[in-house]
Amino acid sequence: MTTTSPPQPGELSLPARPGWPDATGHFGIFGGRFVPEALIAALDELTEAYEAMRVDPEFLAEFARLQRDYTGRPSPVTEVPKFAEHCGGVRVLLKREDLNHTGSHKINNVLGQALLTKRIGKTRVIAETGAGQHGVATATAAALMGLSCTVYMGEEDTRRQALNVARMRLLGAEVIPVTTGSRTLKDAINEAFRDWVTNVDSTNYVFGTVAGPHPFPAMVRDFQRVIGDEARGQVLEREGRLPDAVLACVGGGSNAIGIFTAFVPDDGVRLIGLEAGGDGVDTPRHAATITGGTPGVLHGARSYLLQDDNGQTIESHSISAGLDYPGVGPEHSYLHDIGRAEYRPITDAEAMEAFALLCRTEGIIPAIESAHALAGAMKLGRELASRGQGGEAPLLLVNLSGRGDKDVETASRWFGLGDREQVDPGPGMDTDQQPTEGAVSNDEAVAGRDAGAAL
Amino acid sequence: MSKLADRIEAAKAEGRAALIGYLPVGYPDVDSSIEAMVAMVEAGADAIEIGVPYSDPGIDGPVIQEAVDVAVRAGVGMPDVLRAVEAVSAAGAAAVVMSYWNPIERYGVERFATDLAAAGGAGAITPDLIPDEAREWIAASDREGLDRVFLVAPSSTDARLRSTADASRGFVYVASTMGVTGARDTVSDAAQTLVARTREARPDIALCVGLGVSNGAQAAELAAFADGVIVGSAYVREMLEGRGADGVRALTEDLAAGVRRAGVRA
Repeated sequence: MTTTSPPQPGELSLPARPGWPDATGHFGIFGGRFVPEALIAALDELTEAYEAMRVDPEFLAEFARLQRDYTGRPSPVTEVPKFAEHCGGVRVLLKREDLNHTGSHKINNVLGQALLTKRIGKTRVIAETGAGQHGVATATAAALMGLSCTVYMGEEDTRRQALNVARMRLLGAEVIPVTTGSRTLKDAINEAFRDWVTNVDSTNYVFGTVAGPHPFPAMVRDFQRVIGDEARGQVLEREGRLPDAVLACVGGGSNAIGIFTAFVPDDGVRLIGLEAGGDGVDTPRHAATITGGTPGVLHGARSYLLQDDNGQTIESHSISAGLDYPGVGPEHSYLHDIGRAEYRPITDAEAMEAFALLCRTEGIIPAIESAHALAGAMKLGRELASRGQGGEAPLLLVNLSGRGDKDVETASRWFGLGDREQVDPGPGMDTDQQPTEGAVSNDEAVAGRDAGAAL
Repeated sequence: MSKLADRIEAAKAEGRAALIGYLPVGYPDVDSSIEAMVAMVEAGADAIEIGVPYSDPGIDGPVIQEAVDVAVRAGVGMPDVLRAVEAVSAAGAAAVVMSYWNPIERYGVERFATDLAAAGGAGAITPDLIPDEAREWIAASDREGLDRVFLVAPSSTDARLRSTADASRGFVYVASTMGVTGARDTVSDAAQTLVARTREARPDIALCVGLGVSNGAQAAELAAFADGVIVGSAYVREMLEGRGADGVRALTEDLAAGVRRAGVRA
């Protein structure tokens, strides 16, 4: 068994990268570049600049400084014993990406890609967003680094995640609600690609997850692997052993790849990705791509996807906007096919049960996305308990990829808390929001009162 | 042999550029779309790009998206496309399928090549498949003698212009502007530059220009330096605005006159 040594604080080490993808971005049969020729030059430019940048000591120092001083890394690991009482007696550790600046793991990737944007001399960034976390992170990095920023977000998601729409606009970003197709993340990606192919001279596409054409899956993984590199060291230091399983939610899959990568060489550590099961994978309303999909090509790469007999993408469904995506990153498809990682569905109801439980037992409001990973821990813990393993309690490491502030409205509706008509929309969600001074003008903001109305 | 190259060669022998029109199968319904394609052939189009509906048409603008969305929701798929191929071939034009890659991969690359050849099709244009990822399609199209049309763009390097043209058969699709499909008032100078660059990289393959052409005057402009003129969104607009086969016929007559107006080509 080989191991990857975790980077020590302040040390500019270059941890081992997995042996994939190949030079042209293939993870076995997955990945690659299925994009119009017009984008190839930009992707080549990005690849070349990134390959130079990732070994450039000056960049690494700047990136490390931003992660420490701006994001607040390293993020802590928190043991949650009262939550674990509902997990069959296992021990549960949370990797607290929710405590990062902007509230999720998305900032890790965005800071790297924003530095890359400056390095290649472009002045504008575009991004897609589902739950809004990547959009907020991109808007934040753009504000920090003086870049113009446009975020594409499905109209359906702007309703579910009105708070994040307001946050992006406060940060000076233009938010464009996308009204094509299913009006969710996949359509936001289509629109972002259309923008990119038109404005590629001035614009860099800051892709939010480990999907899309090469080099995005490998590059985003490299920027996110800090999660697992830190967590592996933290768990070893406090427990003197590795966890028995590492769990993370999977939409596109960036937080999962982020925490998995350091553990991939550790054969004894189970890697478990929790997909959004929506109403259940035996219904048409879910987003469990690996569980319920087949290999195909979407958004520039070959991977598992939800598709019909004609090769049309099937619209996904999840209570969690960030997991509501019919595709998945190609590295996950590969890890699945080689048997290194397991992927399981978690229904909306299971996720919301875990969401409520963490709130009440530990005083931590998780993102609904991350609640899928928590629900996975509850299920796995009970399975392990029922097998009656003696000795030391199994140790589960769960990536708490984001905080749930953005989901309060959705959760209130789910749990029937309060009379919505009498709820004060509150700061950032007022019904007559004015553009921030200096912000690019936008279409009408989605009023907080209407948030989640389509759910 | 190449059905598309033969067509373009025949047009050249008449001292003109070829006219290639695009319509997606299934808008407003399969039969009406096929009827409009046949009208294009009767009015003087040399080849028809038969569009496969796709749920995520990443480089199409709003006009084509709107039409294709209807077809996707109606469940239009490869069997309908093959029926259109048969009808267009029977009407006397070269039938070339235009498809994003996933519908072909889902249908099965081998099966697609076999069935397309059996339907009399000339080949396929694959806007999101670059030759680097096309090994299976290159083998299957070689086996069936089908044309395979890849795209070049203003951002393509000289090396990529050469390798893409080398991998193509029938013609090379010169995507004249950086951006999505859609009619434009002016056809960019970039088209002429890109045609010249591609011709230098590979002098012996036909170059057809698309993205932005909507009328006979623009077609004439392009016909002065390109081997073929590709028109898409302008045709789709005829369908979206309800003019159907008659509108398509009238537009084709205007465009067909345009590709002849350029006069004797150098």
